[in-house]
Amino acid sequence: MSHDVDRTAAAQARKGIMGQLGDFLDDRTGYRALVHEALYERVPGGARWRYVWGSTLVFAFMTQVITGLFLWASYSASAQTAWESVYYIQHEMAGGWLLRGIHHFMAQAMVVLLALHLLQVVIDGAYRAPREVNFWLGLVLMLLVLGMALTGYLLPWDQKGYWATIVATNLAGIVPFVGPSLQQLVIGGPEYGHHTLTRFFALHAGFLPGALIVMLVVHLSLFRKHGLHAKQPITRPDAMFWPDQVLKDAVAMLAVMAVVLGVILMPALRAMLAGDAVVPGELGAELGAPADPSLPYAAARPEWYFLFLFQFLKVFEGWGATGEFFGAIVVPGLIMGVMFLMPILGNWKLGHRFNVAFTLAILAGVGLLTALALNEDYYALWVDKASLAEAEKIYDQTGGDPEKLAAALGNDSAKINAMEQQWKKLERVRHSQAFLEASRQAKADAARAIELAGRPEKIPPAGMLELVRQDPKSQGPRLFAQHCAGCHAHVDPLAANAEAVIAKSSAANLHGFGSAQWMRGLLDPAQVAGPAYFGNTAHKEGDMVNFVQNDLTDEAEWSKADIDAVVAAMAAEAGRAVPKELVGLVDKGRELVASTDRCGSCHTFRDNGTELGSAPDITGWGGREWLVGIIADPTHERFYGDNNDRMPSFGKATEGALPPLSGEQIGLLADWLRGDWYRPAGH
Amino acid sequence: MSHPEQRRGFLAKAFAVVCGGLATMVPVGAGLWAFLDPLRRSAGVAKFLPVAELAAIPDDGVPRQYPVITDRVDAWTGFAAEPVGAVYLRREKGATEVQALSATCPHAGCFVEMEPTGRCFRCPCHNSTFTLDGGIVAPSPSPRAMDALDCRVGKNGEVEVKWQKFRAGIAGKEVQG
Ligand code: FES
Repeated sequence: MSHDVDRTAAAQARKGIMGQLGDFLDDRTGYRALVHEALYERVPGGARWRYVWGSTLVFAFMTQVITGLFLWASYSASAQTAWESVYYIQHEMAGGWLLRGIHHFMAQAMVVLLALHLLQVVIDGAYRAPREVNFWLGLVLMLLVLGMALTGYLLPWDQKGYWATIVATNLAGIVPFVGPSLQQLVIGGPEYGHHTLTRFFALHAGFLPGALIVMLVVHLSLFRKHGLHAKQPITRPDAMFWPDQVLKDAVAMLAVMAVVLGVILMPALRAMLAGDAVVPGELGAELGAPADPSLPYAAARPEWYFLFLFQFLKVFEGWGATGEFFGAIVVPGLIMGVMFLMPILGNWKLGHRFNVAFTLAILAGVGLLTALALNEDYYALWVDKASLAEAEKIYDQTGGDPEKLAAALGNDSAKINAMEQQWKKLERVRHSQAFLEASRQAKADAARAIELAGRPEKIPPAGMLELVRQDPKSQGPRLFAQHCAGCHAHVDPLAANAEAVIAKSSAANLHGFGSAQWMRGLLDPAQVAGPAYFGNTAHKEGDMVNFVQNDLTDEAEWSKADIDAVVAAMAAEAGRAVPKELVGLVDKGRELVASTDRCGSCHTFRDNGTELGSAPDITGWGGREWLVGIIADPTHERFYGDNNDRMPSFGKATEGALPPLSGEQIGLLADWLRGDWYRPAGH
Repeated sequence: MSHPEQRRGFLAKAFAVVCGGLATMVPVGAGLWAFLDPLRRSAGVAKFLPVAELAAIPDDGVPRQYPVITDRVDAWTGFAAEPVGAVYLRREKGATEVQALSATCPHAGCFVEMEPTGRCFRCPCHNSTFTLDGGIVAPSPSPRAMDALDCRVGKNGEVEVKWQKFRAGIAGKEVQG
């Protein structure tokens, strides 16, 4: 007895403190048996690379849980804080770009791995008895992962997530009977907003992953219960899960992570090789401009792995409501139904072949639809546009009218057919160009929003959208296009297409309005009656044109230095930079402008006493206040009065009705025309 | 086993299930009760909103896009005079009436835009195309024409549009929410 005690004591001493602790825990938990069971699973026929897919999926999911929890620690789900907090993660927090990048791209990797895992299970027939239930669980897991991908896309609350979600939830709304209620439940009310985000977030980070974890535990324990579905025939000796298969799994996991990191870091590498600065915030996942329900978003597309569904809806052109019902609900439902039946069908040899063929066909169909969607969007990038020049010319000539086309081609039906084919191609190019332009615009809007968010004043409490809506650089071009571009051009005279654009306009080119360069053009006898100034207006033969073409060309009266001085004075009046060599001339210029023998003979300028009525008051010309005034009401006696050509009074309300533009909008236009907007330091 | 004992066993089981079930039902029920709250919310009564001035709408039969501005409530946040969407207004030569179309695509809700050529409307999502008066250009993925909105011209010449949303993806025009 005492001998025994001695031996135990000696063994205990040999084990050391860790070993003793281990014994203590094992006595009370039995953990050694558990670990043993987990690791020492027999792998029939030895470890193989082809068994790694399931493990990489578990790894991808773990990555999503880890990165997701850390993202959660910085994310705020509401319409005024979602974009803002994601911006902060991506662009301000150290390492935020990497965290978000991994979460974003691992989600995509997971979809690919899912497809591979499924494909392998089907090809190997691993769904057959007794593994049917586990196969079904796998399908449910797949749906859960896709659900998380769909809900995650909205969370940054940017334009692309917002519009993609509108399409997705509207499709939920066409489910018979419960559709509208389902839709309203998911978006948290009749309109998209705070509760759409809180609900999507709860689904994305709570309900769906919670369900997934439960199912995954069952999936894995059933997998262990049934054992690995070994590749037949078994020719090699069995091996143990640990360490043989685990090693292969771990290498595969590392490879997956390497690919994800590669995708994130590739642009950085490229920038470094090109010698450009690397901006960490621009690496990894994109962040679009903040969601704006009132702003068209023509670049609306789902994430690439849902593009096939998006494209599928186009297949049912002309089917009316049935088409959409079929495309969004019936067909995907049927496909899932067949997949659920696979384990049963697989009992027959033919059934198994059918399953394999069906899965491959679905994957091929998905690939094809995705390719079609991409081709439609990016067609203009790879089509030979030169070959369409002829077709374009004829289209412009005939206005696309079939009768005129027939006449133009001498009623030669072969030629007409060929031309109509060309026109179809042309239309596809145009649609693709529209998409590419929309994508470019979306990128520019996103970059601007991010620039604004980085101001030292930070984002106002009302959120980023408010700031974007008050930004002249973002809003100016839109307001101009909508209200001014019908008459005015706004194009750099040095730009490639400037001449054509200016020739088409019916009022002055306002690019650089207020600048010395603009003023110089106005005072140039060769330009003043051209289309960039008064050429296409009622003032074409007016006093100003007359003055510039006759008086200004008389060097005895107006020396070159005088004109320089006026240019300098007017640029200074507009608050624009005065060219260095002219700075000393500003005072002299002001005297000339004010002089009642010179400009002041018609124009009121400061206190020169010239009465209003003959020409616009040019005190403060080109400045904000002046611009706001003339946009609001050019018919005011301070400006053109009764001589106003066709310009509407944008700020003047007829009694009881709204003016075409609000004061704020007119201010935005004025600021934009003056180039007066926030620029980050160093730009 | 005797009968009373069997009965006692059954009662115990049933009672256990009922007790456990009831206890669990409480949190689930409370959760669902709150979760279903959005079903009680509706978009409210549609209002006529001033969008533009009749005189400012060019009478050339070409639709133009106007923002719709109104007060908006998003759960706990109230917005005053926010742009909430857009409509297209179209006026024929000399007409004193205006046709208003919602810019929301009846297919799945994207923002319908004018083709740059100005000849038709086109949705950037699935290429549904519509004529300038909103009619469907076949074949189209969209199940119906663009949604016309009720529209009236006030005493002072302001154009007012009844701002409503309609269910997407169905053939009929049903008010949403
Ligand atoms: S949403 Fe407009 S065509 Fe699909």
